[in-house]
Amino acid sequence: MIRIEPREAPSRRLTIGVPVASALLALLLAAIPLTFAGANIVEAYQEMAKGIFGSMFAFTEMLTRATPLIFTGLAATLAFRAKLWNIGAEGQLYLGAMAAVIVGTGWVDGPPMLLIPMILIAGALAGALGMAGPAYLKTRFGADEVVTTLLLNFIILIFIQMMLEGPLKDPMGMGWPQSSPVVDNALLPQILPRMRLHYGLVIALVAAVIAHIMLSKSVWGLKLRAVGENAAAALHAGIGVKRTLMSAALISGALAGLAGVSEVAGLRGYLTTDLSPGYGYTGIVVAMLAGLSPLGVVIAALFIASVFVGADTMSRAMGVSSYLADLVVSMSLICVLIGGFIARFTIKMTPSNKKASATDSGAA
Amino acid sequence: MEILEILLSENFWAAALRIATPLIFGVLGALICEKSGVLNLGIEGIFAAGAMAGWMAVWLGAGLWTGLLCAALTGAFFGLIHAILTVPLGLSQHVSGLGITMFATSVSYFTYRTALPQVSSPPRIEPFQPLDIPILSDIPFLGPVLFQQTAMTWLALFLVALVWWVYNRTPLGQALRAVGDNPNAVDAQGLSVYGLRMGAIVAGSACMALGGAFLTMSAFDAFFFGMVNGRGWICIALVIFASWRPGKALLGALLFGAFDAFQVRLQTEVGAFVPSQVFLMAPYILSILALVIVARRAEYPRALLTPWFKGQR
Repeated sequence: MIRIEPREAPSRRLTIGVPVASALLALLLAAIPLTFAGANIVEAYQEMAKGIFGSMFAFTEMLTRATPLIFTGLAATLAFRAKLWNIGAEGQLYLGAMAAVIVGTGWVDGPPMLLIPMILIAGALAGALGMAGPAYLKTRFGADEVVTTLLLNFIILIFIQMMLEGPLKDPMGMGWPQSSPVVDNALLPQILPRMRLHYGLVIALVAAVIAHIMLSKSVWGLKLRAVGENAAAALHAGIGVKRTLMSAALISGALAGLAGVSEVAGLRGYLTTDLSPGYGYTGIVVAMLAGLSPLGVVIAALFIASVFVGADTMSRAMGVSSYLADLVVSMSLICVLIGGFIARFTIKMTPSNKKASATDSGAA
Repeated sequence: MEILEILLSENFWAAALRIATPLIFGVLGALICEKSGVLNLGIEGIFAAGAMAGWMAVWLGAGLWTGLLCAALTGAFFGLIHAILTVPLGLSQHVSGLGITMFATSVSYFTYRTALPQVSSPPRIEPFQPLDIPILSDIPFLGPVLFQQTAMTWLALFLVALVWWVYNRTPLGQALRAVGDNPNAVDAQGLSVYGLRMGAIVAGSACMALGGAFLTMSAFDAFFFGMVNGRGWICIALVIFASWRPGKALLGALLFGAFDAFQVRLQTEVGAFVPSQVFLMAPYILSILALVIVARRAEYPRALLTPWFKGQR
């Protein structure tokens, strides 16, 4: 008889192998929509590879695209580890970007050493504030944070639109709903000449390392994991569950806010309502592909960014819709979910049961 | 008072019912899934898929009712994926649902773009027309409000009654409720927990897709990217507000529709002084408020979010 049994503990090889296999499988599955679109599949994959590794510029573009995904991936990772379903990273990203624009467009002046930390802190605070609301409603009223954070994404985006048509509108913007440009001293500098890649990436990598240390080495991380694994047991063990959830919420929101700062001050230079093509939601896929590990987030973000940048190039060259990228990203999420199941369970052929069922049928 | 005038006008109540229609489908769909113990966050994407599939079928030459069937089948297909992931595999209902939303949305957008590359204005279909029933439509007030809606609104109202009847009057309904409260008891009775739950998710998802189809086949006559615009998430809030009861779900959707219709009319009155975005935000804020008010008292299906495995107690 075939039985599905839980494994003792998934081996290290599986915890790394399953996400990698899932990502590659999703990439291979892209052949199906490509066939429907009537594209030459081999050529399409070649174009995608060219879009990522074809030139130094292409490669740095991929890293630039990965930067916000590392932040939002970390935001999802820390929250999900505590079983706090923060689906609001998209909104928190915009709040962070708005704070960066409020502080960084001439309201204060100073050298980069002062202004850059200021906009980073402002953005992180704004993002944290954006998640504080849903976390409060959850801990105080028991309101489901999934629904509140999802709905807040819409509210925040409309609010940003209102601000960009009102107080934050660039007087020199020819009437477009966009903010004034961030002053030069508040901009995150470029890493390489003539490339768009900026120091946001370095900050994102530092954030990933800090998140890793906090999660696996600190008392706070221990509490967070305990709450996520079994909130009732954690409460019994004397852990302040509400406090832990609140701190996870604030840090998660702050990380999403930093994604917004990095995009505004590192890449765009000003705020519009099309700053993020759904980085907040994609961060969830990044976190799941990373197996909710902060260092894994970096690798997963590089993969997802490659899919987006590669699909863009392929789309331009071959006329296949660039929604292909979203399709691959969503398929990789579903693949990694199924892969996670396979890693946790093992299919066993148990001879004893076989014998028993054989005698049963014999008796019948 | 102008406000009173708005509330007494027949076109206000007709609009409220029209706005409520996709939400009625959506809330019923979410209710059917959650009553069986499984949250379906795929709803937002299933709305988009239903909107796309129904519209596309009609645009390719199918009749309107065939289009609706296509939409429902598309919803059922995505529901089946969610059902497999969350019921026998017992994976995280939150993450699986979000995955379905992303998958269904991107499949719909990709299909639309592949079928219609570079169209400047979205092609239109001939949508459902208001029924205009003789005699009944001429009744003052009730006529325009109730009897000049499209057939889809009537389908939604019929589904509310059907769901109420199934859940309160039939053995199937009893089993579907029990599987979301106490799956072990259902199993002990020799019924299939997997079968009931998966069936409920597939049926609920088909219902959600009809809500999406209403957007492209009755409310508008074309498909736009981003046209679902959070309606699915609002349904997830409304089903909690409704305490998982079909009658209250209808009431919740109608209240929401009335509020939305009211804010649009208020906007024309005071639009000069208040930014339009305040009105655009209102429906989402209202949903959060509704959720906060009922959250503590809500009688969740007891096994909601809890996976069940055969042979494990």
